[in-house]
This record gives sequence, C-alpha cells and structure tokens, in this order.
Amino acid sequence: MNAGELADTVPVIVGAGPAGLAAAGTLVRAGLRPVVLDEAERPGGQGTRRLTPLIADRSPRLFGSNGASKIAQREAVEDDVLLRCDYRPGSMVWGVFGGKVELLQDGHVSSMAHGPLLLATGAIDRILPLPGWTLPGVYALGGAQVALKRHGCLIGQRTVFAGSSPLLYLAAAQYLRMGAKDIVVLDTTPLNEKIRAAPGMARYSLSTLLRGLSLMAELRRAGVRMLTGVRLDRIVGDERVEAIQFRSRRGPETINCDSVALGHGLRPETQLAELAGAKLEYDPVLRHWFPQADAEGRAGPLLWVAGDSARTAGADGAAVAGKLAALSILKCIGKAPAGVDGQISRLQRRLHGWRAFQRAMSGAFKAHGEGITDLPDDTLLCRCERISLGDVRDVVARLAGPMEVNRLKAVTRCGMGRCQGRYCATALAETLSGLAGKSMKDCGYLHAQAPVRPVPIGTPGEEGA
Amino acid sequence: MTRKPDVIVIGAGLFGAFTAWHLARAGLSATIVDRGWLGAQSSGANFGNLRLQGRMPAQYALSLLAQEFWEDFEAQIGEGCEYDRTGHIYFASSEDGRKTLLKYLAASNENGLVVEALGPEDLARLVPGISPAIKTGSYSDRCATANPRLATPAVCRSFLRAGGTLEQGWHVSDVRREGDGFVVTSQDGRTMSSAVVVNAAGNWAGAFAESFGEAVPMFGAGPPQFVTEPLPYILRPVLQAVEGDVIVRQIPRGNFIFAGYPRTRSNADGEHTFVPPQKIRAGMAALCRAMPGIAGADIIRSWSGVEGYLPDMLPVIDRSRTTQGLFHAFGGSGGGFQIAPAVGIALSALITGSEPLCDLTPYRIDRFGSDLVASEKIGKEFDRD
Repeated sequence: MNAGELADTVPVIVGAGPAGLAAAGTLVRAGLRPVVLDEAERPGGQGTRRLTPLIADRSPRLFGSNGASKIAQREAVEDDVLLRCDYRPGSMVWGVFGGKVELLQDGHVSSMAHGPLLLATGAIDRILPLPGWTLPGVYALGGAQVALKRHGCLIGQRTVFAGSSPLLYLAAAQYLRMGAKDIVVLDTTPLNEKIRAAPGMARYSLSTLLRGLSLMAELRRAGVRMLTGVRLDRIVGDERVEAIQFRSRRGPETINCDSVALGHGLRPETQLAELAGAKLEYDPVLRHWFPQADAEGRAGPLLWVAGDSARTAGADGAAVAGKLAALSILKCIGKAPAGVDGQISRLQRRLHGWRAFQRAMSGAFKAHGEGITDLPDDTLLCRCERISLGDVRDVVARLAGPMEVNRLKAVTRCGMGRCQGRYCATALAETLSGLAGKSMKDCGYLHAQAPVRPVPIGTPGEEGA
Repeated sequence: MTRKPDVIVIGAGLFGAFTAWHLARAGLSATIVDRGWLGAQSSGANFGNLRLQGRMPAQYALSLLAQEFWEDFEAQIGEGCEYDRTGHIYFASSEDGRKTLLKYLAASNENGLVVEALGPEDLARLVPGISPAIKTGSYSDRCATANPRLATPAVCRSFLRAGGTLEQGWHVSDVRREGDGFVVTSQDGRTMSSAVVVNAAGNWAGAFAESFGEAVPMFGAGPPQFVTEPLPYILRPVLQAVEGDVIVRQIPRGNFIFAGYPRTRSNADGEHTFVPPQKIRAGMAALCRAMPGIAGADIIRSWSGVEGYLPDMLPVIDRSRTTQGLFHAFGGSGGGFQIAPAVGIALSALITGSEPLCDLTPYRIDRFGSDLVASEKIGKEFDRD
C-alpha cells in the first residue's frame, strides 16, 4: 500500500494503557478516528488501572490529594480522547494475520481489517518460582493491585510483598494506605546494589527515584518491616499460604502470613507483535526478548510497537513511546502535522531517558534467575501442566543435541498449558541457562501461535472470512 | 572427524529412526544424522492417529504390518509411547460423504481390516454429545492412537541401546557418491562416509533426491491442530469427518485435540507451518457442528508441523533408481506416523537384501510421470491456490 491508499485505512491500536491512550490522543488531534481495542472493560492498562467506582472516593487516600486530582485530570482527557475513537472495551485480540486482527468480544470471535497497527500490549509480572508459589493466597504483584483497584479488596490481612521489583514498595504502600496493618517487604536485591544503581537512576529521572525513596520512607514511618538482600526459600501452607520462609544476614526466618504478592520486574507481552511479523531481539540488561523496531517504534511495514511490550520504560515512557509511534503512523499515511520531525526528535530524547532509567533501575531490582537451579526438585516451574524443576533437570541431563526452550517445551510439556508459557517461559529459560551453562540468549524464546489467550470453541462469528 | 558406519540415515524422524532401528537389529552399524534434533518436525508434531480405515487399498499391506508393530511397540522398543487401542470412527454429514464412507468401508473389509457400519444409536453410544444430525458412521476397533512427542525419542533410545549412533545438530549440506560408497558433509565441515545412505529427511528429502537426478513433486504443509483445556474424559475413539473438515480425539488427561482442514503450506523457510486464525475459526466451527456440546470449552493452544506431501498422498519407499547404495523413505503425506514401523521394516529389508514383506511398487520414486493420478484428498484437504 502506498501513502495514499494507507490514508484511507483505519489505524488500529491494541491496548488502552498509557502507550495506547497517548497514541490515540495524537491520532485524534490529527483528525483521525482510530480503533482502540482493549481487553479490559475500562481504560488505563495495568499500572494506571482505574479505581472501581466502589472505592472511587478513596482516591485521595490512595494517591494523595495532589495525585488524585492529577489522575482525575488525566482520566478526563483520556475519556475525551476515547469519545473520539472507535473504542471497543472488552475486546481481546488473540491473533494477527494477513492484515486482520482476530477478536474475542462477549464470547464471540470475529476479525477486523487493520490499517497501520500499533501494538501497545504492556507487560505482566515476571515470576521466578520458589517452592509453594502456586498455593492459593499467592498473587503476582500486579494481581495484588488488581484486587485493590478493580475489586476494592485486599488479597489478605497479613501480606508479604516478596521478590525484587519497584512494584514491591508501591503495592505495599497502597495496601498500607488502604488500611492493611500487617505488611512485610522482602526484597531479594541487597542494599549495596541498590545504592550502586542510584546515581544512574538519578541521572535519568531524579524525580522518579525520589518518589521511590519516599515510598520506602512512608513504609518505614508506618513501622513496616523491610528487608533487602534476602533469599526466599519457601512459601508454606497446607491448603493455602500460612507462612513464608527466607534467609537474611541474620539467618533463616519464618514469617506467618495469609497472602504473598510476588514479582521480579516486568515481562513484556510480545506474542502479538511476533504473530504480526516482528522479529524479536534479546536485551541482555532487561533479560527479555523484545520486538525489533526502529527509532520511531516501527516494527514492520504496517506495524508499530510502543510501551512496555516494546521496551520497558514505565508508564511515563510508555506515553512518550505511544505519541512517537502515532506521529510515525501519521508520517507514513501522509498526515503528519507541521513540525513533526522536531516533535519526533524531542520525543525520542525523552523516551531514551525513560528507557535508560529502567536499565539503571534493573540494577536496583535484580531479577536474575541464577539461583533457580538450586531450588528443590519438586518446585513447580509450570503450574498449568504441573512440570517441576526436577522434570526439566532430568530431561536436560539426558537430551543430546541442540538445546533451546522450544525443544524443552516439546519434551517436558512446560509451557504447553493454559497460560501458554506467559508465566513459566522465563523460569524455563533461566533453568536451561543454569543447567546447560548457556546464555539466556542462546536458550531462545517460546514461539507464539494464535490464539495467544484461550478462546472458546463455540459461537464462531462469520466463517472462513 | 571421519567415521565409517555401514549406513548413514539422514533425518531422525520416525521413518529414519525405525529404519535405523531395524538395521541395527540386523547387525549393521548405522548412524542417524539430523539437522536439528530427533522428532522435531512432523514425527513429533502430528496428530498421533494410528488410523487404518480409509487408507488407499494399495496401502493396506504396509499399514497392517505397521499396526502389528505398534501393538507390540512396548515389548519391541523397551518403553511405551502411550499407544492406546481407542478405535476410530468416520462419520458422514452429507450424501457425498456417506458414499465415500461406504466406499472406504468396503475397501477396508476387502483388505483384511474389520470395519463395522454405525447407525445413529451406535454413534450416540460411542460419542456422547455427537450431533443428532450425524446419522452415518463406520468403526474400526483396531485403529489406535499414540503420543508422537514420545514415539520418536523412544525408538531412538532403543536404537542407541542396540549400538547405533545418533548425531543431532549435524546439518547435511552435501551427499556425494565417492568410490564404492558415499561421503556426507555437514554445513560446518564435518564429514562421514558409508557404503549406504538412507534419505529420510522429511520435507528436506526432495532436495537430496533431486541432487541424484530423482526430482519429486513434494511440498511442505501441515494441518492446523488445536488443544482444549482438560475436560471430563468422555470420548474414547478418534472421531473424523469423512468430508475431511475435522478430526478430534480426547486424551485421558482430559484435553481434546483436534485438527482442522484445509492443511496449510509451510512457511517459506520450510521450518515452520503457521496456523492462520481463519483456519482456527473454521476448525472450531466444524468441531461445533459435530459435537455442539463442546462449544463452551476453550482452545488453549494451536500448533502445526512440517510434513512432506506428494500428489498421490503416498510416501516414497524405494531404492534409488539412479544411484547404487542410496535409499529413500520420505513424503508421509499426513499418514506417515501410522506406517512408520513398516517403512523401517520394508526399507531395511531392501537394504539388507532380505525378503520384502510387502509390495513396494506403489511407493517407487520414479512414479511421478504425467499419468500420475492425484489423490482426491489433495482437492479436499488443501487450500486451492
């Protein structure tokens, strides 16, 4: 398609988080009416998920009165933008092929032709397993925030926030503000590594660093126990979580609790980008595979990526990347506003800063899976298919020939279940890397196939489109 | 490194593995080389159907010989592969389908396979939840299933225990006739020589055959396959539409596995077959027509593989017609999994010069002349392009 033909097609944005919404805003201001597809019923994505009306009045308490009014302003702008889009909430995209996106909406599947396609599909928590991580009462850090913001409830009365992620402190502080009394934060990265990472973070965003430090200070003032440099040993419980065992400098310890929020940074949702034809490349600092894209976020002839699914940059960085991709789309279809090149280079500089901040921060929240092969053999790696570390260890020990994760998946079933490896693929790669002494890059990534999420067999839409 | 086995088998798929296994048992020294790893393509990614009904009449001798081996797999190989004599049902939803089904039924019974006709009550009994609109079927209790993910590794391990050698990540780039044998060279410069070479390279076998002046009209493709979440185990036999639009089975773990048609041509790289979403939707619709009650279940995963297809949907199992010491076994055409043990028996007999157990005329490599009749399945089960 040339620019003229493209000008008549409708841009499609997948994901109404910070990146997708910012992109939609830019397209709307240029006079377009993009399609915005989002899995959730309400816009906002994950990190900036909107509060359920049930607890909307507690927004000042949760975010501070300043924060609450800023959020309200931002959401009003987003609502205004979405009114001028073909916004379709509750639309899950499960495949991209041949110029069409495949949708699941209200239990019905259908497909929709797309013009320029922007994938802003975000990220989920990166989970490194430990014994007991599949017990009822263990949530991802994001899950703990979903419980709060979407359902207006806490995941328990005595909650341990464990792992290594900036979200540990954010989620713990939000729980504290909502009245949780019994909170402990167990951070696996030692304090000296955090201190070492701080200058780099300060260089790219002093205000974000200070925000993080103030969260820690707030937790400390409230008497919340926070330990760094711990090693998580086991989550124990019979029917559900009863305690977490760990080791710190002071030796082994057990904390009784009824819930654990677990996370080790973010894992990009890249499956749709891969299906849409993007090549993935390994980022050794972030320890993940990301779609290859140019400096404007373009990953294919009709494909753009932005936000944490494109390269981890946080909510502010995602919004910048979304605007940038939208301008690139406008250029491509011949509808660029005046001064676009200057805008693009300014956005690129800002995006570079946000991404550099994330890279610096990855030193403060180390999510390496290096200890994974020291876990007991009965530790589950894949909860859908119930594949343990021991199962994978046995296979790696006896397999000859080339070894990478797709082969390991075929032999062990790890990653074949309902979540399609979204939660276990990282652990599988880290395990293979540790056992076989290969780099994470050489371990590869699990290839995506549609449907990227479960799709009901019945109520098909128009057939054979 | 230069070593000299009696036989080099190119391809650690099921054809190559079974051939090498039989050769090792006959006392020959065999080495399997594979560009990637064993069972990586259609041998490991197929539907796992050990179907006898509906085979082409000429193929029954080979198929029945193979089924005897599958029935004795665990004793022969020394470990299992989830072989299960589940039985297999063809059903017809149309008048044309009913005619095809009766034709298959007669052909099976003439060729030594007992197949019974099924009416609506039989179908309802064997397949809880089958659409009441389906009134005609046929059933063979000798048809079975096995787990493709496990079969090739099991055969290879047994082959290794019998003294064979397996080289994975050994990507053959050149096979040359030299002296009274062959020199095989890998992409990274390793060589190996032998008196005999077996071309069992699956979708890549056509290129080797062509390099010896025996071009075949082979193409790579695969059926899109899907798996549901685990559900209560209710469906024991394999259920297949004779019209060719869907096939479904359930494993005792509870997952339904189904394949939709038409098959899809492989990616240009020849390494993968992508599952296009419209085929997922067509497969789901076909399954809902056959078993309406499954509509609420979720598909959790789809996959496909790369299989070599020939226009008459029959494999090549033959000695080379141009080159002494070269043998071919490839082109399973979607039915290779079931016949694989017999391919190994037949080809190893050809190589050792012992009595062939069945007629291999239908599988000659030089059969692709202008008078070759394409299979009716080619029109039904592939995209028209």
